[in-house]
Amino acid sequence: MSEPEPEPEFDVSVVVNGGPRSATVPARRLLSDFLRHDLELTGTHVGCEHGVCGCCTVLLDARPVRSCLVFAVSVRGHDITTVEGLAAPDGTLSPVQRAFAECHALQCGFCTPGFLTTITAFLGEHPDPTEAEAVEAISGNLCRCTGYQNIVKATLRAAETLRTQQQ
Amino acid sequence: MKPPPFAYSAPGTVTDALALLAALGPDGKVLAGGQSLVPLLNMRLAAPAHLVDINGLEAELGAVEVTDAGVRVGALARHSAVEASAPAVGVLPLLRQALTQVAHPVIRNRGTVVGSLAHADPSAELPAVLCLVGGSVQVASAGSERIVAAADLFAGPMETCLRPGELIVSAWFPALPERTTTAFLEVTRRHGDYAVCGVAVAVTRDPDGAITGARAAYVSVSDTPLVLDLTDALVTGEAAGDRVFAAARLAAASVSPDDDIHATAGYRRHLAGVLTARALRAAS
Repeated sequence: MSEPEPEPEFDVSVVVNGGPRSATVPARRLLSDFLRHDLELTGTHVGCEHGVCGCCTVLLDARPVRSCLVFAVSVRGHDITTVEGLAAPDGTLSPVQRAFAECHALQCGFCTPGFLTTITAFLGEHPDPTEAEAVEAISGNLCRCTGYQNIVKATLRAAETLRTQQQ
Repeated sequence: MKPPPFAYSAPGTVTDALALLAALGPDGKVLAGGQSLVPLLNMRLAAPAHLVDINGLEAELGAVEVTDAGVRVGALARHSAVEASAPAVGVLPLLRQALTQVAHPVIRNRGTVVGSLAHADPSAELPAVLCLVGGSVQVASAGSERIVAAADLFAGPMETCLRPGELIVSAWFPALPERTTTAFLEVTRRHGDYAVCGVAVAVTRDPDGAITGARAAYVSVSDTPLVLDLTDALVTGEAAGDRVFAAARLAAASVSPDDDIHATAGYRRHLAGVLTARALRAAS
């Protein structure tokens, strides 16, 4: 039996968390796997791999997208922020991360990277959300252990912190 | 949960994309936002031989053009861009009424309006909207172009009349007549899920406020978007409440839903009636 033909590969260069990163991957490499396996940024979690759970949410050109529903080769040259890029370079947590810790908005933490990226982008566009808007914003992210009450609380707390910082 | 191998091209112009699609014929599949296609690939429900990625064609295909006559949405305009376009929503409020119910905000950042039309899922919102407003799509292929009316576009569940080598380059959503109000309502098992049943309505009145036309388009209760004219039911009943119920009864009798794991056909039929009544009230 002959060997299967090797799959063609593509050079993918992107900017991740402010720095240039690249790897050579087949076209079918999902952005989620590209980040985790090729770039070894395992902060982005992979849950359902069909766009339902929200764990793999990253910011693509500052807007949240499901990295499991995007091919890495499709975003060559674009700017990506993962959960690793939210804290300051010295490790100081971002206001959203701090609010999650303070409000007990995580238990097992599996879904947390998706929530953090989603909420970070949401608060950038909605600095003073109502509770209903906060619920709508996280409606595409599933959490199976913490419960959503504290996540909503953390969202509103982070919004408050960000508003205070800007004053 | 990983896609099967496929060949991949990212042409730099629409002309190149059309030439490539022409050469590939039935082996070619267009990748736009990918929010429906990539899950199908991940679950290995689809295995196209060659993906033609149009995400690099933002300059040619990304526009949302608005005039008093209607809204033209380019093939690469994301749901979120249309939803956020004040001019587009000003001309056709139904666009936002429907788009806010398309999956979740994060999906709408990547998914495209035209992609949703090309995917032709009977449980998607935008095909019903395009049919209700009597819109069309502009279809290009190497060396030719044609306009396909919404009523002709949808051939069956997940099936359009597009031929191999063709690309929808834009969709046209015409403005509705003066004094027309709209509403879009749906019932989902969980927020953001596909609708168990959904309805878009448009109600037109004369200057004295009397209804002169009422139409509705349905989601998830027929193989292709079903458009019903509810005008007779709404203008001939005895009292206002009776008229709405007459329209709701007509809707429930006209849909042809199927059973599936989410709902029985009977429940969907019931919802078609209830949502019709609610949507008509919301649009009054």
